[in-house]
Amino acid sequence: MKALTTIKSQFVPINIENIDTDQIIPARFLKGTTKDGFGKNLFRDWRYENDDEAKPKTDFPLNQNQFSGEILVAGKNFGCGSSREHAAWSILDYGFRVVVSSFYADIFKNNALNNGVLPVQVSDQFLQKIFQQDYSSVLNIDLEKQTITIVSTGEQESFEINSYKKTCLLNGYDDIDFLINMKAEIEEFEKSVN
Amino acid sequence: MGKTLFEKIWEKHVVKTIDYGPSVLYIDRHLIHEVTSPQAFTGLNKRGIKVLRPKQVVATADHNVPTIDQHLPIKEELGRLQVEALIKNCAEHGIELYGLGHKYQGIVHVIGPELGITQPGMTIVCGDSHTSTHGAFGSIAFGIGTSEVEMVFASQCLLQSKPKLMRINVDGELKNGVVSKDIVLYILSKITASGATGYAVEFAGSAIRSLSMEARMTICNMSIEMGARCGLIAPDETTFNYIKGRKFAPQTDAWEKAIVNWQKLFSDRDASFNQEFHFDAADIEPMITYGTNPGMGIAVTNNIPTSDTINENDRSGLSKSLAYMGLQQGHAIKGQKIDYVFIGSCTNSRIEDLRLVADFVKGKKKATDVEVWIVPGSKQVEAQAIEEGIDKIFEAAGFNLRQPGCSACLGMNEDKIPAGKYCISTSNRNFEGRQGAGARTLLASPLTAAAAAITGVVTDVRELLN
Repeated sequence: MKALTTIKSQFVPINIENIDTDQIIPARFLKGTTKDGFGKNLFRDWRYENDDEAKPKTDFPLNQNQFSGEILVAGKNFGCGSSREHAAWSILDYGFRVVVSSFYADIFKNNALNNGVLPVQVSDQFLQKIFQQDYSSVLNIDLEKQTITIVSTGEQESFEINSYKKTCLLNGYDDIDFLINMKAEIEEFEKSVN
Repeated sequence: MGKTLFEKIWEKHVVKTIDYGPSVLYIDRHLIHEVTSPQAFTGLNKRGIKVLRPKQVVATADHNVPTIDQHLPIKEELGRLQVEALIKNCAEHGIELYGLGHKYQGIVHVIGPELGITQPGMTIVCGDSHTSTHGAFGSIAFGIGTSEVEMVFASQCLLQSKPKLMRINVDGELKNGVVSKDIVLYILSKITASGATGYAVEFAGSAIRSLSMEARMTICNMSIEMGARCGLIAPDETTFNYIKGRKFAPQTDAWEKAIVNWQKLFSDRDASFNQEFHFDAADIEPMITYGTNPGMGIAVTNNIPTSDTINENDRSGLSKSLAYMGLQQGHAIKGQKIDYVFIGSCTNSRIEDLRLVADFVKGKKKATDVEVWIVPGSKQVEAQAIEEGIDKIFEAAGFNLRQPGCSACLGMNEDKIPAGKYCISTSNRNFEGRQGAGARTLLASPLTAAAAAITGVVTDVRELLN
């Protein structure tokens, strides 16, 4: 997984609450056997009329040229519903490294962290402040300091992250390596319960 | 200080805890299917390692499979490739696969319990959010992403942070025409789709105790829709009687030993929860959802909320939801015309659900412009339905009895609801486009769905019950 330390970028705002993973990546796109190519289907049915790439919905932010960057900002309870990790893959493959919201569904949050996508949780007020910013506004996310800053105004908030997950993300470590190295301890545990 | 049911199970499964970090949790049972496993197997192969405990993994094909002509090769290419990948991967790693054509094939959360694979006190995971279903047996069961599927393959463990604890009590007696699906839709309407995020939820109370195992599974199944990490119900005689004699249940001496351990699985009187709710079963009516998240539900006799009356959590999304659904604020939902009825999914596709529908529709015929799909949860459920003559009742009513699979719950196969059409569904999600792009889903119990199949409109089933 790619390491993440700081991200300084413009953002794409999707000011909708309770965005579920069926919207992020509809079920018909879960038929692949690899992790590739999901970015083009991110928010597919909100992006295109009748699934036609020649008919982009002009009111959807991903189709609006003024928005760009590696940061997705979304309304609260982001990523609820299905556990499909394909949601995190499509967000990453599209080009986002960070999601900013005031609340995340648990499974999505874990899936994001396991793929090097940082879910930054801010207060409702700070989230609204971000949504009020001009499209050219830049956000600076510093994982080491656990801060998110609206660069033009200097307004800043701290965010929580589990310190183990933080270390993994800062260094690009993944959980599987950690668990594989624990094989002897796991076998000891199995013996102790049987 | 006493311990909760969740804590008792959790503590027995912690291999170690990382300082300031998650615990390494041992996983007893890993259920897999064709959609969320391929990339996990690829990851293992890239690392040059095999599945660590293949005997603790059970596989089935359910999400992508057609629900007719299952004896023929799958027509849809990508779906066929995924199912073939599962067959190949299971063979390479020595995993038991109950695939298409096998007498035990079915929806993963239906076959686990019916085969006695799901047992009290276990930790159970699957790359599917409705894994919470298995918590009905007093186990810690939850959905995981594909990377975590790979972790469990590699180590039979997961890194998990301990959730907070919630107890939802439902006491009293259910009214006529009200079943367990109505209980969980009611709870969702009260605590919202994010009300239990970060919590392990225990369901308790006399109304919960009075339910059969299949009815309990419906409730735990939808605990994910509240955002819960998992949902549990403490095991009791009802649980033990269900499990006894099933294919993979402990036998003879092992059975006696298991019962002794399982009887210790309950929350102590002085255990404490971070949050607790109390509901009266008598307040619950037959429910139906009107919106685009499972928390947007009302009693079938109530009107759709307005911006003033709806809870704060759903207020901002109300206009968008209703515009998608083609419904109006403040209007009645009863009488809304429907086009499709889907009775199926891991929420309600077990034999008791099919019996409930059959008992209600016996001697009746479906409304002329409604299409009714009944998709049994597994080959065993299908076989039992046929043995009991339920298939004949459905046939006489004009219902289409299909073969097992996830089917129209999420429309990954051909069973999609067309854009703009209304489907009353016994499944678990009514998100935009869930059952097909533009499809309009109304979630309800099998009884409420059966009533609508007969009348052609959203109906209060109690008006038709004798």
